[in-house]
Amino acid sequence: MKRSHEPVVWSLFGAGGVLSALFGPVLILITGVLVPAGILPADDAMSFGRMQEFAGHWIGKAVIVAIISLFLWHGMHRIYHSLHDVGVHAGTGMKIACYGLALAATAICAGLVLAVN
Amino acid sequence: MATRKPYIRSMDGWWRRDPFFVRYMIREASSFFVAAYALVLLWGLWALERGHNAYDAWLEALRHPLMVLFHLVALAFVSYHAYTWWKVAPKTMPTVRLGGREISQAQISAGGWAAWAVASVAVLVLVGWGTR
Repeated sequence: MKRSHEPVVWSLFGAGGVLSALFGPVLILITGVLVPAGILPADDAMSFGRMQEFAGHWIGKAVIVAIISLFLWHGMHRIYHSLHDVGVHAGTGMKIACYGLALAATAICAGLVLAVN
Repeated sequence: MATRKPYIRSMDGWWRRDPFFVRYMIREASSFFVAAYALVLLWGLWALERGHNAYDAWLEALRHPLMVLFHLVALAFVSYHAYTWWKVAPKTMPTVRLGGREISQAQISAGGWAAWAVASVAVLVLVGWGTR
């Protein structure tokens, strides 16, 4: 029997699901609403210096990669499995597109995070 | 010879037939917002790596009314995802026992929602630290 990739992708989906169910709403609230609306001062809470310091530390790097890549693995896995529900045939091409995006984003994210110091 | 024309049942709007399907589709739609938000953050990371000006341009883009609207919609959908994630969590895992007593499904869900609340407050406190 051909071995399935499903367990690997499923564990990434699961990890991303837990992470987004714990931190997704509060992160969107902060970066998407509170800071742009000025309720949390952007030049303080999300200032260039503070974010660079965060991304410069290995803990910050790990957090950033975990959040961005696992959110994407979670989202793209579910988008792939929802294609049928919206009448799109979920063939190999779509599989490559969905998981390819998550994989590419993970690589780009890791590269960027290593470049910040 | 006549060309074969198999009947393919239309998938249009099937989910509108039943409120259960509607909730299912809302939950599935939340996955788009989880992924899209991750791309917004990746864009920010890219800007951070490029330098101060690029990063400030990203902050400025976040202030665009359409971006704020996107994040408000994303907040609603991802919150629904978080709510349903912990709601179904006990159904995806084996029975948990504590001191010989079975933990009920409702207790597992409640634990997840509590963890969500604690995580949210913790992040708000961490980010708010030193911004006074």
